[in-house]
Amino acid sequence: MPVALFVPCYIDQFYPDVAVATLELLERLGLDVVFPEAQTCCGQPMANTGCASETAPVARRMVEIFADYDAVICPSGSCTAMIRHHYAEYFTEDATQYEKVASRTFELCEYLHDVLQVERLNVRFPHRVSLHQSCHGLRELRLGGSSESMTPRVDKVREILELVEGIEWCTPERSDECCGFGGTFAVNEPDVSAAMGRDRIADHLATGSHVIASADMSCLMHLQGLIRREEQPISVMHVAQILVGRPVTRPAVPSNPSEAIR
Amino acid sequence: MNASTSSRRSMLDRIRTRPLDSNPLPTVNPSRMTTYSDPVQKFVEILGTVGGQAHIIDRPEQIGETLNAIEVFTNARRIASLVPEAIQGDVDPSCFDDPHGLASLDWVVAPGEFIVAENGAIWVDGRSLPHRVLLFIPQYLALVVSRSQVVNHMHEAYARIGTPTTNFGVFVSGPSKTADIEQSLVLGAHGCRTLQVFLLP
Amino acid sequence: MKLPIVDHPTAARPFVTNPKRSPWHDKALWFVRSKRDKQAKGVSEWEHLRELASEIKTHTVANLADYLEKFEQAATNLGATVHWAADAAEHNEIVLKILRRHETLRIVKSKSMLTEECGLNHFLENNGIEVVDTDLGERIVQLRDETPSHIVLPAIHIKKEEVGETFHQHLGTEKGASDPKYLTEAARQHLRNKFLLGEVGITGVNFAIAETGGIVVCTNEGNADLGVSLPKVHIACMGIEKLIPRFQDLSVFTRLLARSATGQPITTYTSHFHGPRDPDSELHIVLVDNGRTRLRGNSEFRDSLNCIRCGACMNTCPVYRRSGGHSYHATVPGPIGSVLSPTRDAKSYKSLPYACSLCGSCTDVCPVKIPLHHQLLAWRKELVGRGLLPVSKRVSMRFASMLFQRPRLFAVAGKCGRTALRVLPHWMTHNRLNTWTIARELPSPPRESFREWYGRNRNDD
Repeated sequence: MPVALFVPCYIDQFYPDVAVATLELLERLGLDVVFPEAQTCCGQPMANTGCASETAPVARRMVEIFADYDAVICPSGSCTAMIRHHYAEYFTEDATQYEKVASRTFELCEYLHDVLQVERLNVRFPHRVSLHQSCHGLRELRLGGSSESMTPRVDKVREILELVEGIEWCTPERSDECCGFGGTFAVNEPDVSAAMGRDRIADHLATGSHVIASADMSCLMHLQGLIRREEQPISVMHVAQILVGRPVTRPAVPSNPSEAIR
Repeated sequence: MNASTSSRRSMLDRIRTRPLDSNPLPTVNPSRMTTYSDPVQKFVEILGTVGGQAHIIDRPEQIGETLNAIEVFTNARRIASLVPEAIQGDVDPSCFDDPHGLASLDWVVAPGEFIVAENGAIWVDGRSLPHRVLLFIPQYLALVVSRSQVVNHMHEAYARIGTPTTNFGVFVSGPSKTADIEQSLVLGAHGCRTLQVFLLP
Repeated sequence: MKLPIVDHPTAARPFVTNPKRSPWHDKALWFVRSKRDKQAKGVSEWEHLRELASEIKTHTVANLADYLEKFEQAATNLGATVHWAADAAEHNEIVLKILRRHETLRIVKSKSMLTEECGLNHFLENNGIEVVDTDLGERIVQLRDETPSHIVLPAIHIKKEEVGETFHQHLGTEKGASDPKYLTEAARQHLRNKFLLGEVGITGVNFAIAETGGIVVCTNEGNADLGVSLPKVHIACMGIEKLIPRFQDLSVFTRLLARSATGQPITTYTSHFHGPRDPDSELHIVLVDNGRTRLRGNSEFRDSLNCIRCGACMNTCPVYRRSGGHSYHATVPGPIGSVLSPTRDAKSYKSLPYACSLCGSCTDVCPVKIPLHHQLLAWRKELVGRGLLPVSKRVSMRFASMLFQRPRLFAVAGKCGRTALRVLPHWMTHNRLNTWTIARELPSPPRESFREWYGRNRNDD
């Protein structure tokens, strides 16, 4: 029985290499992986805006698409949390199928850590790396201990990245502050969102890090947008890309920066 | 029926027309909470971090000796002592009917009932004060308490008080303070500027 | 009363885009949050205490009528007078009536968010009574004719130079002086006289104990105690959610409150008042509803009544820290304020539940475990249900939903979008009509989506 790959919509459209890296990684680990092509989006943009009736049909078809797999693996803590913690209200009549999918949907690092219990990866990444903890991975999925909580928890993303050789770790002062993406928040509150993102970038830069790594590409999309606009000397990479040993790409500057809005 | 009575009824009615299921109150189990191998030492340490100063002494006379080494004490003109075996004051607060008369007090020496290790607090029972303002109005405050009367944490503290039988009681943890201007900590906001705590056997 | 509509992004803009203000404010509050972390780490049973506090508060709110009556009975037996106020106006009238009976002209007041909520100061001033806020931060904002921007640190948005200027004007301190120690000393002298002249002392209430009829007031400055130990009349104003059942329950809350609020192990003064000071004195306790019983009836947002007003959710909120408390236009700002304010007026405060990135830090920091970020999310659903989401947003969400239900169309739309991004000049895709690109670049669009790559490389069908 194959496992299903759940690729968030923005990764599918804007960061296909993150999905390719995830697929390659799982295949290297011996899994039979399929990408059900009927999938689109988990519905989070609508749900987080409060549009329950627009979310419901999207949630129902997602569950149907993924109902028959042993596991659904997703390279995003946020989208995994959406399915696991925020779908229940759309399945009040019959939740059997949903509960099955919810219990079998995993964030990538969580799956590697908890289910596959991966101990070796044979990959090198000789760079200075700092970790950006995504809020939903941390505080919804509990992939690690959040700085507010006194409950001890294993940091699964970090432990999986520790299997990669050659990483020189840099630790930002604020270990898990929000980057300010927040989905539609980024466009509803553009000033606050950008200020939050700039502060995160400055914190990571101050550590001497060359690469901001995260298990959520949406945070990185927002940070990368600021990094490119402001031409900051730091790259962003999804954890999956590091786990398969992709080279660091320098952040591309806008094609015509003089036209960029200052 | 006045307005307040009708509001009372409408507020209670509005709550009662919406009955809610609830779990019973949890039992707070003090033995589940952190204790210290040397609670007096912990108290001394924490009191220091909140701006107070503890003195472990053997005899009440040492209180006067210690205070006399403090400049602001030797310069003090008006001292009220509720611990006569430690120090003789020059103002007898029980002679005042109106607490406003105590406004110019420099020092007050008062007894505390027990100390709390986890937060450097001293429980002061209002009954030991002829005027409760004595704790708040002097420029400087010294509290005297037996270090055998120590509890680990607030659960033991409230268990020890049991049912309150006095109209006033206060936990005091350090001198009065504020950080309302740019988070800069300043000791001596409205109450005492310093707090000395004398721990007798 | 009809309230103006608060648009948080607009209200926040001057503060968040001020490079001298927003980062400074953010750092000051982060410092408080860090102190809180240190204190919480020092208590190994921290999470157990949060659980206990949450259980006690939830139980109390469920059985509120019984506990209110029990409290009233016990407090009355101790000689206190208990008043009931259905709303802010009645609360203010009750206070004024007591003051009139005593022919009071001057009152001293310690910090009380309830009286802020009720607009007591202005009401009394309009009735010819001098009101002196004695908490240093509140005195600063009062002299500047502002409102508190934080419930625990009312003047956190004001710089010391500005305090210096205000004190120079009102208290006659040296011009240009901005040393906090010097300014605090000046306020001490100034307020000493006010304390001595105060004819009635008004305080808030941190906890009211149903079992004993007592109230507990927590301060660091000692201003509440000084304010009520001199005059013969003490008026304590409280929202009805301040109740706790048992005296012993205080142990849980006094351990959590100051640690969460300011990172202190306990407030400097934790004062327990059981009845009036002596037979010649009076203690009045005003129990205020002002929307609380209605909120209790709302199963979705009921938990917000558990709040003990520690302010930890403000200190940790990345949006609050950068946009400042005044951007919420409410007595209680930040995450808890964004839950509470729309319960008063959903239309006026409809932007507040969206002033949140849903990071969840507030939920994890809350000492009584209010699921704050989930309540903000629930508010968004509520607002949409009431038709308060702007039509443009609703339409775009309908369109997105339609697209996500049609994978082929989604793939085509994605391809068109990426192609457009690639071929159109930068200025056409990056302009002020696109909120994303005001500060950020869009991602570089790849030629191929993942589903196209997969079709070429893995799909044998």
